[in-house]
Amino acid sequence: MLAFALRRLLVSVPILIVSTFVVFVMVSLSANPLSTLITRNPPPPQQTIDAERHRLHLDQPLLERYWNWITGIFRGDFGPSVNSTTDIGSEVITRFGVTFRLIFLAMIIALILAIVVGAVSAVKQYSKLDYTATFFGFLFLSMPSFWLAVLLKQAGISINTAVGDQVFYTIGAESIYVQGGAWAHFTDVLGHMILPTISLALISYASWSRFQRGAMLEVLNSDYVRLARAKGLSRGVVMRRHALRNALIPLTTVTALDLASIISGAVVTEKVFQWQGAGTFLLDAIAQSDVYVVEAWLLISATFVILFNLVADLLYGVLDPRIRHA
Amino acid sequence: MPEPSTTETTAAKRQDSKSGAVEREFTVQERGQFQLVVRRFFQHRLAVISLVLLVVIVLLAYIGGWLWKYGPEDITPDNSEAPSLEHPFGTDAVGKDMLANVLRGTQISLQISVLVAIFSTVVGTIWGAVAGYYRGWVDTVLMRISDLVLTLPLLAVAAVLAHNVGGSWWLIAVVIAGLYWAYVSRVARGVVLSLREKEFIEAARALGAGDGRIIFRHLVPNALGSVIVNATILVSIGILLETALSFLGFGVRAPDTSLGLLVSSAQTAVDTRPWLFYFPGLFIILIALTINFIGDGLRDAFDPQQTKVRA
Amino acid sequence: MTSFDSQTTADPVLSVEDLTVQFPSDDGLVQAVRGVSYQLDRGEVLGVVGESGSGKSVTSMAIMGLLPRTARVSGRIDFKGRNLLELSEKEMTRVRGSGVAMVFQDPMTSLNPVYPVGDQIAEAITAHHDVRKEVARKQAVELLDLVRIPNPQQRATEYPHQLSGGMRQRVVIAIAIANRPEVIIADEPTTALDVTVQAQVLDALQAAKEETGAAMVLITHDLGVIAGQADRVQVMYAGKVVEAGTVDDIFYTPRMPYTLGLLGSLPRLDIKSERLTPIAGAPPSVVNMPPGCPFSPRCPMAADICDREEPTLEPTTDGRHVSACHFRDDLAGREPTDLFNPTSVDDAEAVAAGEKNE
Repeated sequence: MLAFALRRLLVSVPILIVSTFVVFVMVSLSANPLSTLITRNPPPPQQTIDAERHRLHLDQPLLERYWNWITGIFRGDFGPSVNSTTDIGSEVITRFGVTFRLIFLAMIIALILAIVVGAVSAVKQYSKLDYTATFFGFLFLSMPSFWLAVLLKQAGISINTAVGDQVFYTIGAESIYVQGGAWAHFTDVLGHMILPTISLALISYASWSRFQRGAMLEVLNSDYVRLARAKGLSRGVVMRRHALRNALIPLTTVTALDLASIISGAVVTEKVFQWQGAGTFLLDAIAQSDVYVVEAWLLISATFVILFNLVADLLYGVLDPRIRHA
Repeated sequence: MPEPSTTETTAAKRQDSKSGAVEREFTVQERGQFQLVVRRFFQHRLAVISLVLLVVIVLLAYIGGWLWKYGPEDITPDNSEAPSLEHPFGTDAVGKDMLANVLRGTQISLQISVLVAIFSTVVGTIWGAVAGYYRGWVDTVLMRISDLVLTLPLLAVAAVLAHNVGGSWWLIAVVIAGLYWAYVSRVARGVVLSLREKEFIEAARALGAGDGRIIFRHLVPNALGSVIVNATILVSIGILLETALSFLGFGVRAPDTSLGLLVSSAQTAVDTRPWLFYFPGLFIILIALTINFIGDGLRDAFDPQQTKVRA
Repeated sequence: MTSFDSQTTADPVLSVEDLTVQFPSDDGLVQAVRGVSYQLDRGEVLGVVGESGSGKSVTSMAIMGLLPRTARVSGRIDFKGRNLLELSEKEMTRVRGSGVAMVFQDPMTSLNPVYPVGDQIAEAITAHHDVRKEVARKQAVELLDLVRIPNPQQRATEYPHQLSGGMRQRVVIAIAIANRPEVIIADEPTTALDVTVQAQVLDALQAAKEETGAAMVLITHDLGVIAGQADRVQVMYAGKVVEAGTVDDIFYTPRMPYTLGLLGSLPRLDIKSERLTPIAGAPPSVVNMPPGCPFSPRCPMAADICDREEPTLEPTTDGRHVSACHFRDDLAGREPTDLFNPTSVDDAEAVAAGEKNE
């Protein structure tokens, strides 16, 4: 098991290193951080432009810039932002903290729902429940995430107006001023999370539940489930111990693969609900051609995805003994 | 007990007229593979309905858009009007006819998605097929590159690249396709990996077929089913990504329009002027939904999953 | 219809009466089993022979109650004084694995890949007996030893993918006998295995039978296996039993053309034969069957009556040897070569076309 884990780790490291290079080159070549400065009206003096150019390391050749950037990261220095007062390192970590709690909660909810609905749909194949679940699955798969988010936000606002009280929070990740101690703060944050989490979860749920239904059907038709029944085990035991246990295995891989697209979904969700998270941070940075911010963002997100995939691989090894001995 | 000879003669006589029956046992109506797939597809009611609906939408977008009296940029004196006979989808704050805009947005979104699907499918399939066929270090290198692309959130990367590329729709398509091929390559590789172990490939090789012949005469036709199904689904995913990109402001920009852009402008008007929000959204959903159903129908047509009856 | 009296014996442990199984399908009603009846005596081995689609597996699945929900079943299956077809699902789970147990065809997929084999055997035990897991695990090791798996203590902790096909099948046998069932149904237990491994599995099956004293239904299309293992044989075709008798009856005095055909297509060392005689044609579809004997399209002895009237099972050489053929008496002393065309490998076309006799 340990050998398996080490092997997976060793494979991930080169990918991460190469991806830092690819990200850096791609972003640096595609945007010019000086563009906002140059297009200012009235145009700033040449001295200012040169000073900015130097501060943003644009007078160095690309490879040298990359080297400085990468080595700087180990010291906690993520490079200069277009906004000179921003410390990219601390800002990006804080922002991602906000976003990750949204992503994690959404993933957990989507997973649980998908497993339950997928399994029940497979067991009761072709029933009304199955058709309804399939229909809604397809519907949410075809729904643009931003449209759904706006819809939910509007629904929240309408309910708030109808009830006359702030039932749903539709703006921001938390209130600016919260009375009371830790508990009040906690419920405030939770309250702000409801709508965005539902919005982000629904689309992942749709694709995972269809996948789970397929996996469950395949398992239910398998020879070993038939043998389990022939042993005289009750339907429930066969379902839990044999069917579900095996049907969950492929889901770990799918979840890990989808993480990158969930992060994309979070970007959209944050924009709609006006969260000060990593998503809006990225969007602002792109608009300002703030290359170092974008590079830091992509680096953190890629690291996270690779780490998560590693964990999923290990989990797969735990769940499926055949992989361990391969 | 009848004499053996009589029985034999009788049996022989029976055999003559019986050979017809035996032949009937063997004769199977010959249908080409393609016809079989088409026939199975049309048994899928939902997929057929979706196909019809999609064709209607496409025709509406192009022919309807061309015939309609208002263009997407025409400014009429009717501001913020609810849907009426004059403006079936209403108008926006400036007075532009929403039907024209939605149809134009549909055209653009469809064009981008189809281009994305074609480009990514071609590149991705070749990439994945080569990786899966040759295996070894070729496989490792190719798939590591593909994995690398997949670790990045595609919307984010697309936004970064599209921001500086400008708003013309086909460049947006190139950007998106430049990222999606990685998904396709994974699928293609998987298909090729499972096919190459099958006996008919070994048989072809034993008969002396070279790599090229094996790839084109044997692997590709058998992989075609998966590739087509995947390409179809890609169109729907493409539309969702493109509209999201445009919604965020990094995709299609003025003077062109996109369904995503229309929704973005309508964010604050969901309650007050709902026609600005719901019509574009509805079109996106309809297109993606019909394509998904068609893809599902195609998947069943190429590879029917029958419930096993253990005999 | 069927004369039961000649077949009733002293001590049947399982009795199938007029079993019919139908499946609705897109093309019509599939008649998988059409009125099958037989009795299984205590401790005897009944071999069931037939081609794919003859209904032999569906019959066993009906006994185990493992048919899909769409199946329409009628008839009686008497086991220990109860009609299995009338039992509730809960009652059936108590019968499965303890009263009647089953061994399946493909050992590579019969075991759950994520649990060690010892645990899977132990699970069969704890499903029917209130014992602690450790006790069950110990019994599992003993069972592995019984089915001749070397180093059973070690093997019990291993996963299915670490065992060879032959060993996996022996694990499946161990699971089947874990609760000393009265009936073991083995559905093509050696078909998916190499010939050399087959012997090991059959040995294990033999040991299992001796240890438990169980009666066995051995389903196979391999007459060689039947010859070595079975006491009585039942030949099935198109969902019906077309001949039944002792092993000697069937092999030396067959009374149904299909049986003769099967024997003729089998290389024999005990009887001098010149060439193999395959049966031309393919089994009929069991949907919308025409009247008459289902074998008649391929039968060299077929006459008009064969297309009109389906023959019933009637006694031939003695009360317990029955066959379903209008010309059963004419077949006395016949060789397969009398009826079917001997053929060589080069003559594939002749076989396919179903030529006249020489």
